[in-house]
Amino acid sequence: MQRFSAWTLLREAFGGHRGWRPQWRAPEPKPAYDAVIIGGGGHGLATAYYLASEHGLRNIAVLERGWLGGGNTGRNTTIIRSNYLFDESAALYDHSVKLWEGLSQALNYNVMFSQRGVMLLAHTLHDVHSAKRHIHANRLNGVDNEWLTPAQAKAFCPPLNIAANMRYPVLGAALQRRGGVARHDAVAWGFARAADALGVDIIQNCAVTAIRRDASGAVSAVETTRGDIRTRKIGVAAAGHTSLVMAMAGVRMPLESYPLQALVSEPVKPVFPCVVMSNTVHAYISQSDKGELVIGAGTDAYPSYSQRGGLQVNMHTLDAICELFPAFRRLRMLRNWGGIVDVTPDRSPIIARTAVPGLYVNCGWGTGGFKATPGAAHLFAWTMAQDAPHPINAPFTIERFRDGRLIDENAAAAVVH
Amino acid sequence: MLLIHCPWCGPRAEIEFSYAGPAQLRRDGALEDLLYLRDNPKGRHEERWRHAHGCGQFFATARDTVSDFFLPPPVAKP
Repeated sequence: MQRFSAWTLLREAFGGHRGWRPQWRAPEPKPAYDAVIIGGGGHGLATAYYLASEHGLRNIAVLERGWLGGGNTGRNTTIIRSNYLFDESAALYDHSVKLWEGLSQALNYNVMFSQRGVMLLAHTLHDVHSAKRHIHANRLNGVDNEWLTPAQAKAFCPPLNIAANMRYPVLGAALQRRGGVARHDAVAWGFARAADALGVDIIQNCAVTAIRRDASGAVSAVETTRGDIRTRKIGVAAAGHTSLVMAMAGVRMPLESYPLQALVSEPVKPVFPCVVMSNTVHAYISQSDKGELVIGAGTDAYPSYSQRGGLQVNMHTLDAICELFPAFRRLRMLRNWGGIVDVTPDRSPIIARTAVPGLYVNCGWGTGGFKATPGAAHLFAWTMAQDAPHPINAPFTIERFRDGRLIDENAAAAVVH
Repeated sequence: MLLIHCPWCGPRAEIEFSYAGPAQLRRDGALEDLLYLRDNPKGRHEERWRHAHGCGQFFATARDTVSDFFLPPPVAKP
């Protein structure tokens, strides 16, 4: 691997930047691997990286139907936080935030992780009670979260409108200072480059068409558009298409796929220093390093694989943005797009073994999978390598729906789902 | 926004409707199947809608989940 440093940058600058090489190979699939990851997004690539770097599994392949990070990894609003209410969720997401903090160094790739603070607004008395409950629960779990008065919120985020005559006035805010954003493409590319350097084969334009099982029921091979690949371990990290991949192995999932939309404005000078979210009016906004305001809209009401959604969903969010940040009313929106998110009934993910020996699944991240990329992949790699869940992801099984042990962030999450 | 054909009121905008889940749920198996497990198909999906801000009626219809176009009947009654 060509290591990145100030020295290599300087050397290439003097060489006319002609010495940069491709950051990962484009290998032909081998007939057999020790493990195969289905899905070349952030979660899949990071799983391969952690399998190779922490568990010594080097003979592995990541199969991607399209291109790396072309699904939800490249479509999200890049927000990272861990202020979830329940103990299980807080442990899971904070595990991820801790990995984010050292990720650029670990990968030798600048993922541009910026802990600029994530501020959740409260607009009603119920919001205030709910936010304060989150703050106390988070602090008991060692997750930073603090209460801000409207004036303090305005000081932290100057464009914020805290006028008392708004339809939904700002009554306060919960701030997680360790939260922030990262560059989403860099996350996929950084993990791909680091995994490739450890010997992982990253195979793009390779759709899985079937999963074969042997007489004992265990997985034995995957059939792909680029030939059959024998393997005894399959990790599925296919986000919105998880139900379809799992159906190939005969597993029915507690998932529904919904379009989730986002949009960006024209680029402007640095004006927005943090991330602001609001459940009540559904606003979700930050500013990218390019200067675009990145705005997250909601999901559509119906399941779909269309990767686009209704305009009314975006309009609903923009109404809220314009009320909260009147200075943005005349900004033009440049692009909007949709991604397909896999939603579980309790809005908590699944990182688990399945009833099929050798088949593992990391799914159900719904509207919030990007923030969990390193943490989820780290735990998923552990689960695949040890054939047993890590204590942090032990509650996030598929069987919790059979047993009724839901982790019901649906009603309790810090964001509308 | 989808244009949804209510069998009683004709074509109306999606915002008048609320999505009401799959048209068919397995009621013979485990409770898990009924409550949580879903086929989540890519393609034809038979589903229920309610004309919540109109006549208030539930109806079953079919939609292609890739194009989001509604598909012609027949759809089994829920």
